[in-house]
Amino acid sequence: MAFFVARRLLYLVPVLIAVSLLTFSIASLLPGDLAYTILGDQATPENVAALRRDMGLDQPIWWRYLSWLGNVLQGDLGRSFRTGQTVLQAVAERLPVSIELMLLAQLGALAIGVPLAILCAARSGGPFDRFMTGTAFGMLSVPTFLSAILLIYFFAVELRWLPATGYVPFAEDPAANLRFMVLPALTLALAEWPGIMRVLRSDMIATLQEDYIALAKAKGLKASRILFVHALKPSSLTLVTITGINIGRLIGGTVIVETIFALPGIGRLLIGAIYTRDLIILQGVVLLVAAGFVIVNFIVDLLYAVLDPRIRHGHA
Amino acid sequence: MTGNTLLSVEDVVVDLPTPRGNLRAVDHVDLTVGAGQTLGVVGESGCGKTMLSRAILQLVPKKAKLSGRVMFDGQDLLQLSPEKLRKLRGRSLAVVFQDPMTSLNPVLTIGTQLIETLQEHLELNDATATRRSIELLAAVGIPAPEQRLAQYPHQLSGGMRQRVAIAIALSCEPKLLIADEPTTALDVTIQAQILDLLAREQRRRHMAMILITHDLGVVAGRTDEVAVMYAGRVVERAPTPALFKKMRMPYTEALLAALPKLDAAPHTPLPAISGRPPDPTRPLQGCSFSPRCRYAMSRCQREKPALEAAETSAHQFACFHPIETHADANV
Amino acid sequence: MATLELTIDEGVAAEPAKRGRRLGLLFWMAIGWMIFMFAAAILAPVLPLPSPTDMDMLERRAPFSMEHWLGTDGLGRDELSRLVHGARISLAVGLCAPIIGLIIGGALGMLAGYFRGRFESIVVGSMDVLLAFPPLILALAVTAFLGQSIPNLTLILGVLGIPAFMRVARAATLTLARREFVIAAQALGATHARILLRELLPNVILPLFAFFLLAVAVTIVVEGALSFLGLGVPPPISSWGTMIGEGRESLDVAPRLAFLPAAAMFLTVLSFNLVGDTLRALTDPRQGAL
Repeated sequence: MAFFVARRLLYLVPVLIAVSLLTFSIASLLPGDLAYTILGDQATPENVAALRRDMGLDQPIWWRYLSWLGNVLQGDLGRSFRTGQTVLQAVAERLPVSIELMLLAQLGALAIGVPLAILCAARSGGPFDRFMTGTAFGMLSVPTFLSAILLIYFFAVELRWLPATGYVPFAEDPAANLRFMVLPALTLALAEWPGIMRVLRSDMIATLQEDYIALAKAKGLKASRILFVHALKPSSLTLVTITGINIGRLIGGTVIVETIFALPGIGRLLIGAIYTRDLIILQGVVLLVAAGFVIVNFIVDLLYAVLDPRIRHGHA
Repeated sequence: MTGNTLLSVEDVVVDLPTPRGNLRAVDHVDLTVGAGQTLGVVGESGCGKTMLSRAILQLVPKKAKLSGRVMFDGQDLLQLSPEKLRKLRGRSLAVVFQDPMTSLNPVLTIGTQLIETLQEHLELNDATATRRSIELLAAVGIPAPEQRLAQYPHQLSGGMRQRVAIAIALSCEPKLLIADEPTTALDVTIQAQILDLLAREQRRRHMAMILITHDLGVVAGRTDEVAVMYAGRVVERAPTPALFKKMRMPYTEALLAALPKLDAAPHTPLPAISGRPPDPTRPLQGCSFSPRCRYAMSRCQREKPALEAAETSAHQFACFHPIETHADANV
Repeated sequence: MATLELTIDEGVAAEPAKRGRRLGLLFWMAIGWMIFMFAAAILAPVLPLPSPTDMDMLERRAPFSMEHWLGTDGLGRDELSRLVHGARISLAVGLCAPIIGLIIGGALGMLAGYFRGRFESIVVGSMDVLLAFPPLILALAVTAFLGQSIPNLTLILGVLGIPAFMRVARAATLTLARREFVIAAQALGATHARILLRELLPNVILPLFAFFLLAVAVTIVVEGALSFLGLGVPPPISSWGTMIGEGRESLDVAPRLAFLPAAAMFLTVLSFNLVGDTLRALTDPRQGAL
């Protein structure tokens, strides 16, 4: 196990360096000059030159990358030239909102997807299975922003059960916080459950053909024990594998959903930074989100080992 | 057959729908096993012996059609409610599968897989179930049984895993144990150990056993009765000593001839049975073995011989031209 | 030992009969919708439709009528005409971007799967870096810095698809490169280029094409999301995503302004998914279905 973790950790370092390099190069795709963008209409050749010197823009590009990376490693990702807030402050303020949203969404998607997958697999080929497989396939074609609009229309505009936009911090009023979170989290869960169900269902059907399931039946175990204890865990490996891709999509979905439902999370920070051309914030958020995504994927890999004792004991 | 009958298989048919048409895996089979007795079922791969064992356990694939009667301990298993069947399986009707690599759950510990069976049927508390599990592992010859409980199947060798599977099967003192090719997937050196373990436990616990194998040598000396299967049918059935003394069906003779013999000169080629078993989706009109049989006459291609008793009522065979000479059974 | 192999299970597991049934009614309905959408998009300039940009401030959010079949939007523009012209943008980006991924990713994947070794490691490694970014975040960041335009958008969405196409092509090549016909060609002294182009490409292109259709569906969705946020196609051009974004503002008074383009997008994405998924199941080289 220790060897497994060490090997994965070793792979993490070059990927993170490459991520920082790519983020930095995207930022230098900017046509023209950052100084012009910051100064806007008041740009005169003199103050542009002064700002360029201040920001080190007159240095060669590799030097700029290294000094930027050095600052990043010391926890300095720069500060917004609009609000004066540092990137870390801005992110730390909004991170809890996004994490709460993603956790609720993922829990919702699992709560819908896993039981449906088990029910479908237990009676595969039956009418319920065919109906749910078809529904899941259809749901895969509904983009997040579409289900958001549908949910807002039904639950906020027509039925007036839930608020369409707004946010209250959880610490202030947990009940109100959850009320504001229901529709955004449901929107994301609706996009996630079909993938979970499809993958788990097909793995589960394969697992149910295994000899050890036949033996579990021959041992006279209850159907529920066979499905949940004997079949679910060995069937969930692919689900864990695709979790990485799913989280990537979930982060994208969070950006859209936070914008639509006006939740003050990372996604809204990012979109706001694009609208106001707050490029330092944009660059910092992109770097942090990508690094976070890489680390989450690393944790998912470790989870894989927890689920499969053969990998844990280095037999893979 | 002496004693009271524990299991009687009556006119069992298993049909499997396949893209090429219906596949009759088990074709009107009748068998009985007395309490405490052992029956060997012998035949080539694909002869339907595994499907027969699955039919007894009511574990045929979902799409398969099963008919006939499987009377076990006075009840017809085909008519039993799922709940009653579940209470019977693992409790009085246990099984050991062919491949211990695939028949144990890879993500559950040995202990979990043993204890869950004990607790399901015997309502033991955790401490008692754990103690029983350790006793069982020791009984099947596993060293350091306490430590094995926390281990996963992949940490054990194939032979050890099959011992675990046997311990699971024996855990609730079943009345009948079905061992489906229990040694085929194992190293040759381990095979005899496992077979002897099964025979020893069978005698000690006075349970009945069905030993399924493709190897006539395995059933010799370890069973009371032998049924030879070919293309889904029982083609010869006799008390073990009688069969090896005088086999009547040419297929049984061919099976025996194909066994390696210890007293044969080195490098003697084994007389393999020529040809292949018939396509089970295209049943033959006559005797299924006739295309490969060296005694076959024209009647064998036209008519299917029935399983009938000859000199003694216990020795039955399905052949128009049975072998008359005494087979020389050097096994 | 007289063990002749005839496993019953293999016969039961294979279900070749399923293939014929798969191309059911839904498949052909999806093809029909795709043809209909493409015809409308291509013929938009010659169809007798009002201009999609002409505003009529007196006829804002007008209901369905003979003059405006699907009514008008918040600025009095003809909704049907906007839908058809929106289809041009959504479909153009949706088709062109995956072509970039198909060509670059497909080529890289085939070369990686055929030559293996260090080249494969480098390709797979650099794709891992691209995959380290959540796709929508990368698309947003690049458009923000590069500037909003249709070529930029297409390029970014195309690059984002490269890793996935690479994986499909590599997996298919890895399987095929071990087949007899490739080994035979190698034994006969065929050049690498010949084997890649004449032996492998015709077989890899089928699963790649099936995946291409699925990629079109994803691209339409991502382009829609970006345009919905106002960060995709630059104004005044509008794709379906732009229209849904605008329709959101008047969800309480005229929900159809969001739901009409939404329905068009859903049906199109569903059609590509359906056709792509069907073809993928038929051309999966792992099942030897070729």
